[in-house]
Amino acid sequence: MLPLLAAEEFQAPGLGLFEWPALVAGQAWFNKPALFALIAALIVLVFAYSAFSNPRLVPRGVQNLGELAYEFVREQVARPFLGKDSDRWMPLLFTMFLFIWIMNLFGSVVFIQFPVMSRIGYPAILAIGVWIMVTYLGMKHQGALGYFKNMMFPPGLPKWMYVLVAPIEFASTFILRHVTHAVRLFATMMAGHLIIALFSEVGWHFLFVQLTPAGAVIGVMGVIMTILLTAFELFIQALQAYVFALLTAMFINGALHAEH
Amino acid sequence: MIQLIAAAEENNPLLPHPAEMVIGGFAFLLVLFFVGKLLVPRIQKTLEERTVAIEGGLKKAADAQEEAQRALAQYKEQLAEARHEASRLREEAREQGAQIKAELREEAQAEARRLIEAAHAQIEADRQQAFAQLRSEIGRLSTDLASRIVGESLEDEARQRRTVDRFLTELESSNAAVR
Repeated sequence: MLPLLAAEEFQAPGLGLFEWPALVAGQAWFNKPALFALIAALIVLVFAYSAFSNPRLVPRGVQNLGELAYEFVREQVARPFLGKDSDRWMPLLFTMFLFIWIMNLFGSVVFIQFPVMSRIGYPAILAIGVWIMVTYLGMKHQGALGYFKNMMFPPGLPKWMYVLVAPIEFASTFILRHVTHAVRLFATMMAGHLIIALFSEVGWHFLFVQLTPAGAVIGVMGVIMTILLTAFELFIQALQAYVFALLTAMFINGALHAEH
Repeated sequence: MIQLIAAAEENNPLLPHPAEMVIGGFAFLLVLFFVGKLLVPRIQKTLEERTVAIEGGLKKAADAQEEAQRALAQYKEQLAEARHEASRLREEAREQGAQIKAELREEAQAEARRLIEAAHAQIEADRQQAFAQLRSEIGRLSTDLASRIVGESLEDEARQRRTVDRFLTELESSNAAVR
């Protein structure tokens, strides 16, 4: 019994959770996250199609749900920042919110149980896209120089302050906020996945692999925590999708209109 | 454990894999094209139409209410007018009635007067006739009476007439005196 116990010592799940082998031999790119990224796209497509392909004045069935999502994004994400420009940017913001949310949601779907956004590549490409678009919009609406001038030299400060402010503003607005845009989503999904994996591993290990009276208590705690954290994670998944779209709206607004 | 850390360093979770970015970008652009470009504009159009329809409905209701108010005001006005007209007609009728009554009364009075006059005339004529009759009768009776009293026959017509005339004159004068 003793050697067995040593062999089956509890090991916390690590970053290996986020490494996936190729699903098809030789095609390294085609792993589980890639598959579910494509499935997420398909789900969003099918949902949006069934809701909006033939919209009616008096909504029915899926259209109600679609309108609920659409109006949530419009009222909570687009309108606060973009106001009258909302409708123009809704296609992007709505798609973004839904796409990210479904990708996150896979973290809590039984048998899938992996939030695709916990692979940095997926949020990164979205953030990079937003970065390029926002820079382009800023240059278009404020002029190539004007964009950087408005960014780096916010008015109303004593002249000598700009020595400090200008580089900070440049780094913050031009680079860091876009990095954190991606990292925030990635990190919350990764951490959430990791911590749920940890508690479910605790439950599995102490209740099934190695059942002891003292361990059982820990195991039950692990299961309870897993359930509670899954509920919390469902909230975080939606919240992060919302925050990502919200920040995108904010960046767009900043590019369209100089702050002062 | 050391191996695990080494593996983690190899696959730094903060370094994006190009393949992931390609797949993620492709998936997102695919969705963005179909959902953003084709489907969202449809629901935007529908929502706009709904707003217009609701606003149109509200406006229609407001218009209908206004129309109803206007009709009500019109009806009230017409009713007041009708009442006024009715009272005017009543007044007129009353006046006409009074006039007719007065006319009728006048006519009746005239008729009555005419009847009375006719009756008077008739009475007068009757009286005249009776008087004439009486006169000849009284004359005859008187002569009869006188001849009987006197015991003589007054055969002579001339005398007789004279006597009668005298008598009648006396009678008339006495009669006039009585009147």
